[in-house]
Amino acid sequence: MNLAAQDIRHNLGRFALTAVGIGLLLMIVLGMRGIYRGMIDDALVVVDRIGADLWVVQRGTRGPFAEISRLPANLEHRLRAVPGVASARSFVSHNVQREHIGKPLRMNVHGLAWPEDKGQWVNLIAGRPLARAHYEMIADASLGLALGEKLVLGKDTYTAVGVTKGMVSSGGDGIAFFTVQDAQAIQFDLAGEAIRMERAARVQRAVGQDIGRVQPLLLELGGGLSSGIPALGPPMVSAITVRLAEGSDAGWVADTIAAWPDVSVHTRDGQVQLLVHGMIDKARRQLGLFSTLLVIISTIIMALILYTLTLDKIHDIAMLKLMGARNSMIAGLILQQALLLGALGFGIAWYLGGWIFPKFPRRVLVAPDDLWGLAGVVLIISVLSSLLGIWKAMRVEPNKVLS
Amino acid sequence: MCITANNRSPAIEVFNLTKIYGRGNTEVVAMKDVNLRVAEGEVIALLGPSGAGKSTLLTAMGLINPPTSGRIIIGGMPVLDGPRPLVDLRSFRRHHLGFVFQKANLIPFLNAAQNVQVALEINDVPPRPARHRALELLDYLGVADRANNLPEALSGGQQQRVAVARALANEPELILADEPTAALDSHRGRQVMELFRKVAHERGAGVIVVTHDQRALDVFDRTLEMEDGQLKDGHP
Repeated sequence: MNLAAQDIRHNLGRFALTAVGIGLLLMIVLGMRGIYRGMIDDALVVVDRIGADLWVVQRGTRGPFAEISRLPANLEHRLRAVPGVASARSFVSHNVQREHIGKPLRMNVHGLAWPEDKGQWVNLIAGRPLARAHYEMIADASLGLALGEKLVLGKDTYTAVGVTKGMVSSGGDGIAFFTVQDAQAIQFDLAGEAIRMERAARVQRAVGQDIGRVQPLLLELGGGLSSGIPALGPPMVSAITVRLAEGSDAGWVADTIAAWPDVSVHTRDGQVQLLVHGMIDKARRQLGLFSTLLVIISTIIMALILYTLTLDKIHDIAMLKLMGARNSMIAGLILQQALLLGALGFGIAWYLGGWIFPKFPRRVLVAPDDLWGLAGVVLIISVLSSLLGIWKAMRVEPNKVLS
Repeated sequence: MCITANNRSPAIEVFNLTKIYGRGNTEVVAMKDVNLRVAEGEVIALLGPSGAGKSTLLTAMGLINPPTSGRIIIGGMPVLDGPRPLVDLRSFRRHHLGFVFQKANLIPFLNAAQNVQVALEINDVPPRPARHRALELLDYLGVADRANNLPEALSGGQQQRVAVARALANEPELILADEPTAALDSHRGRQVMELFRKVAHERGAGVIVVTHDQRALDVFDRTLEMEDGQLKDGHP
């Protein structure tokens, strides 16, 4: 006969409510871990999917995921000339927040190096990759844009030709893929008046410099489109991604590029480390501390509940001791209840988490390792929390039954 | 081996049992030089006013409140020499003693059969035979029909019968009962007293019942009276 099971059956409501409470606490612990893992996964999704071997960024910066990096787009031509480089593509990424159908829409604008990159590597759940150089986009499902839906960004209207899933930035915003040119147009969109004033200012700057005086044509160009004066205002990108040719020496290529005075080079692993240990490190530590606190709180609550349950049974424990029950039997009664409480709490956390986490605004990614880890934590806190009750039970004298 | 007057082996013998609580100015002598011998199959009543030391004697014999001095021998085995245990007391209680109290002290989350069964399982009887034996005992004590009821669903008398069944479960040499009928009406109280007599005579256990109830004294083989921590007649 299992005394723990009989006691639980007798106090089923109380025990079940306690298990639900513990389960909810454990679910939050699991959720914290899931949010952290989701953040890492979100942060790495672009790095992983793009599959670049090297990231070439503005000299002295740590790349577009850590800080602002600006490079001339034509750098990709220089990079293609380096032996061992198979391909080089512009990388443009920035966040925008616009209003769409009366609601704020925040997205990460990601530029694809058209025409080489049409977004074939993006995991589409509907539609197709980009087929035109302008005015098309692939949107993550989290943005809520349907296939064929139109979105006004700046002075242009873009059509969602493809829908992907799970493509979000490290900040949790859904990614929308455009051509690099469109992404830049969105990024550098200025009001007409601002453009006119900048053109006038540009002419004035050129007038005051030698280049303006020796090349009068520039003064004419300065009053026109920016694209007409590439020497004065080259289109800027965030980074250039490089893929290495098979068999090439990655270290040598990286060293060669890093020797250029205007750029810095990071490997794929370097970018990952920057993301994990740089950008989301504080969030990771915050979530870790919060999880630790919750585990401690869960342990204390479980210990108090088990202690109270033990106090309720002091007279019965005294009677069992009077009848000659061994300490192991009495300790087993409390420990089994603690373990069952922990196991039920874990099960509830798992079940409820599986139901609730997908409804969270940011991705909560619960890996099997996390579940095993939590199971281990639950086992430890169950044993720890039972110690107080066991200590109390061991101190009960059999003659307590007379009181 | 010590032989009682009626030629039966002693279930318990106590020699010069003394219990002193406190020290110095706060010293209280609860029991002094008590000698007692109860034979197997004998049922005796221990009478006396409140504070006479009856419960002190009973708990000392039950090995849950060791005496300050004196010796206790149960079933021919010395178990206490003053406060010093000569055996593992908990194990000894498990095998040789049964207890019944004023309150039945049934475990509230176990039904009647399980309350008896747990005493057997504590004594390493496997669950299935323990269950069988528990039902036999409940049947013997006339509460078999309440075997699956929790204590809260039993009357006071039924609870005491279950408590007696539990005390009997491991066929102890000695059953100690502390005012077991105090919470019962006279009719049910007498029924319980007769039950002790039946148990003692049919099963051969020595039974010592502390009681205030003078109406059922005819049930007992012998009646002893305590006063001021001493047995009145002064000998076993």
